[in-house]
Amino acid sequence: MEWEPVIGLEIHAQLSTRSKIFSGASTAYGAPPNTQASAVDLAMPGVLPVLNEGAVRMAVKFGLAIGARLAGQSVFARKNYFYPDLPKGYQISQYELPVISQGHLEIELEDGPGKTVGITRAHLEEDAGKSLHEDFHGMTGIDLNRAGTPLLEIVSEPDLRSAVEAVAYMKKLHTLVRYLEICDGNMQEGNFRCDANVSVRPQGQHDFGTRTEIKNLNSFRFVERAIDYEIARQIDILESGGRVVQETRLFDVDRGETRTMRSKEEAHDYRYFPDPDLLPVHVDEAFIESVRTTLPELPDEKKHRFMTHYGLSAYDASVLTATRAMGDYYEAVVDACGGHSKLAANWVMGELSGALNREGFDVAQSPVSAEALGGLLRRIEDSTISGKIGKDVFEAMWAGEGDADAVIEQKGLKQITDTGAIEAMVDEVIAENPKQVEQYQAGKDKLLGFFVGQVMKRSQGKANPAQVNELLVRKLKG
Amino acid sequence: MHDKTIAELSQALHAGEVSSVELVEHQLQRIEALDPRLNSFITVSREEALTEARQADARLRSGDAGPLTGVPIAHKDIFCTRGVRTSCGSRMLDSFVPPYDATVVERMRAAGAVILGKTNMDEFAMGSSSETSFYGPVRNPWDVERVPGGSSGGSAAAVAAGLTAGATGTDTGGSIRQPAALCGVTGLKPTYGRVSRWGMIAFASSLDQGGPMARTAEDCALMLPAMAGFDERDSTSIQREVPDYRQGLDAPLDGLRIGLAREHFEHGLDEGVGGAVEEAIQELRRLGAETVDISLPSSNLAVPAYYVVAPAEASSNLARYDGVRYGHRASHPTDLWDMYTRSRGEGFGAEVKRRILVGTYALSAGYYDAYYLKAQKVRRLISEDFRRAFDQADVIVGPTAPGTAFHVGEKADDPVTMYLSDIFTIAVNLAGLPGMSIPAGQSDGLPVGLQLIGNYFDEGRLLNVAHRFQQATDWHARVPPGFE
Repeated sequence: MEWEPVIGLEIHAQLSTRSKIFSGASTAYGAPPNTQASAVDLAMPGVLPVLNEGAVRMAVKFGLAIGARLAGQSVFARKNYFYPDLPKGYQISQYELPVISQGHLEIELEDGPGKTVGITRAHLEEDAGKSLHEDFHGMTGIDLNRAGTPLLEIVSEPDLRSAVEAVAYMKKLHTLVRYLEICDGNMQEGNFRCDANVSVRPQGQHDFGTRTEIKNLNSFRFVERAIDYEIARQIDILESGGRVVQETRLFDVDRGETRTMRSKEEAHDYRYFPDPDLLPVHVDEAFIESVRTTLPELPDEKKHRFMTHYGLSAYDASVLTATRAMGDYYEAVVDACGGHSKLAANWVMGELSGALNREGFDVAQSPVSAEALGGLLRRIEDSTISGKIGKDVFEAMWAGEGDADAVIEQKGLKQITDTGAIEAMVDEVIAENPKQVEQYQAGKDKLLGFFVGQVMKRSQGKANPAQVNELLVRKLKG
Repeated sequence: MHDKTIAELSQALHAGEVSSVELVEHQLQRIEALDPRLNSFITVSREEALTEARQADARLRSGDAGPLTGVPIAHKDIFCTRGVRTSCGSRMLDSFVPPYDATVVERMRAAGAVILGKTNMDEFAMGSSSETSFYGPVRNPWDVERVPGGSSGGSAAAVAAGLTAGATGTDTGGSIRQPAALCGVTGLKPTYGRVSRWGMIAFASSLDQGGPMARTAEDCALMLPAMAGFDERDSTSIQREVPDYRQGLDAPLDGLRIGLAREHFEHGLDEGVGGAVEEAIQELRRLGAETVDISLPSSNLAVPAYYVVAPAEASSNLARYDGVRYGHRASHPTDLWDMYTRSRGEGFGAEVKRRILVGTYALSAGYYDAYYLKAQKVRRLISEDFRRAFDQADVIVGPTAPGTAFHVGEKADDPVTMYLSDIFTIAVNLAGLPGMSIPAGQSDGLPVGLQLIGNYFDEGRLLNVAHRFQQATDWHARVPPGFE
């Protein structure tokens, strides 16, 4: 039988507000345990939450970017359960009335057309703290620095049909939240993580199969592996006549498999009810408009513009718009090099990206500014140096040896275009290699490359290759 | 000195006839001598009080003093006080010393009021008799075999016995008004949102409201402005100016429309209480008020709705007491579950556990719609009743409680009978309206309270009616025998 997987993702994006969603404590990562937990975060007696408007602003920004319905009134509810790193004994979240509903996202797939993925809802909630099991013999330590950090939980429709689609959707969302500057997307720190709901059904069947939920996947690779594993596991069960049990599962990274965390019977009754400490959140037209003015050009718009305006391929445009910073950098290079958009694309995707990857840098950390790279490209374009020499110049610039002109000057890399000088070198090479000259003249045209190489070597790469070529052909035929 | 009102003390302090230190020392002595009979204080903060009194005297000398500067008061032990243990009447918080002040405490400190200590109360404010406290029951100064009402019974008893001229209370279903009635003092529960709940330990967040308790309406009018007002730390506090309530106290009552709700005078009302209330209403008529009959048809739903909403919110509010970060933790827990169950089992008393169970049940999957949602609908019906009533009446008047103070232990084993002590007060909380109780007579030597219910933010009118009544009567000035 042919099986069709059905997948929906719940993605938790940590919002980049400076302070927490219901307290004034800082959200900065990496502080010593419990130094960024206020009385509110510690759930001391009598303290009360106050909503951070910045978090609502970011949620609305996201809603606008995915063409969603923005609730005029949304409500915070309490999700009640006991856990040592959940200080109040409940999490403040949104339940019946989320701030965002009915949005959608277009995803692209490498083999075949793209598809539209529905986003059921996105709601605001607070994160819990962390339990630390390693350092305390026989006890558990609690760090509440993360408690109260704002999260946007983004719930997709069950529109995804493979692990590849799920990853494409997650990556697209990852790009979007960083474009919107509402989440830094740092997956190692858990600032962008995912729960996957997976089921399979016979191809053509309308009803969904029984689903399982895989919790806390914090890399694209794990999402793909966990979903693929889970699909195979469920198909195995069904094909051997078994039934899939509705449950929550965890992905064991080391063994590459999912295993039971808790069954449906053990599922919590969260006893949701509206939080009486918080008023309903009113989002009116004026507020929405004030957020709309802060919307940047979105990834899809930017990609389209790069294709039409700069004549880039879909692939190049995708790569160069992967982050807002990369797009901005590219455009600054194009400006600085005099509009040579293809050349700029090749260099940004080639030398620059290579160097960034090598160092583990973000484009914002590049020691070669967009203006400096543009300056280098101008020198290639005006034949001051060859593209090959350009790579050496780039490395020198990366090492901090100055801008392109300074490096070219200092290292004497200026291309030799003086016909007399090149002619002299050509004559020398011909004189020194009589045997090859004879072979060439006997019809072995391929040897031209050998002569060009010799001349270039003699000029330390600085001779204008076109001129060298032309002189050699003329003289050898001579 | 201890028989003087806050208004009189304020005058004496400003005139230099007495110092705050003298006043505070006098009250501390009185507490030491008499409170063993009442158990109205959990904590007496002698040293802090004397320090604050010296600061108040300096303010008085420098001319930088308000009406409360140097006046000794007490806070219900539900208000967090920086550096002073705040127990909420529970073993769970027996060792809890807050690093912050409740907004009410902070504002009253700023006004110069001196804190004598923290008053006893039903555990987590859950009760109508002040018997559920971890620190033992509070006694009624009118008869120490009887309860003072609750949950703010410590504050009510302390004011009635002249241990303090004023005290704060909180009222979730009648916890200011019912003990005020049973102890013969004046208490005001303001409109929901008028007084910040920051630092006031939560029982039922959508109902809890702090307010003043004193001998007279005039004193409440002095205290309330120092407690009330918008607080950005409490999202449910309301941005609305707090008037100087003293301004309107003397306004005549001519033409005032007093609503009498049939439902307040039906079955279950003690005869002596009914008689005293009738008398008080006569007095209000003599003062110029007219009475109109009104109806609050959903009244009978108030107690059941309350006993869904309040425990539901409490079950969630009290989840934070888990022994992890502060408060009681069971010794040598074997694992997390053991730590939770024993810490909470040992830290909470029976009534608190009962309400946590009821509330958890009411919020559970499958029951939520039938209980919690239904109760919320009842709340709207009750609010509608009042909205219609206030088209006809300016103030609604009736008994505060169905009876006078009962014996210690009398209702302790019968929660439903105990819950009915608040039958007339609960609807006011469900609707979020302001309500007051004033001494209005006696029955068999025990005080009877008259409840005044006002429209939203009409605390001024309640204080005005109460003040005029107190100008014409002396019930509020009666002192329990043995506490002269």
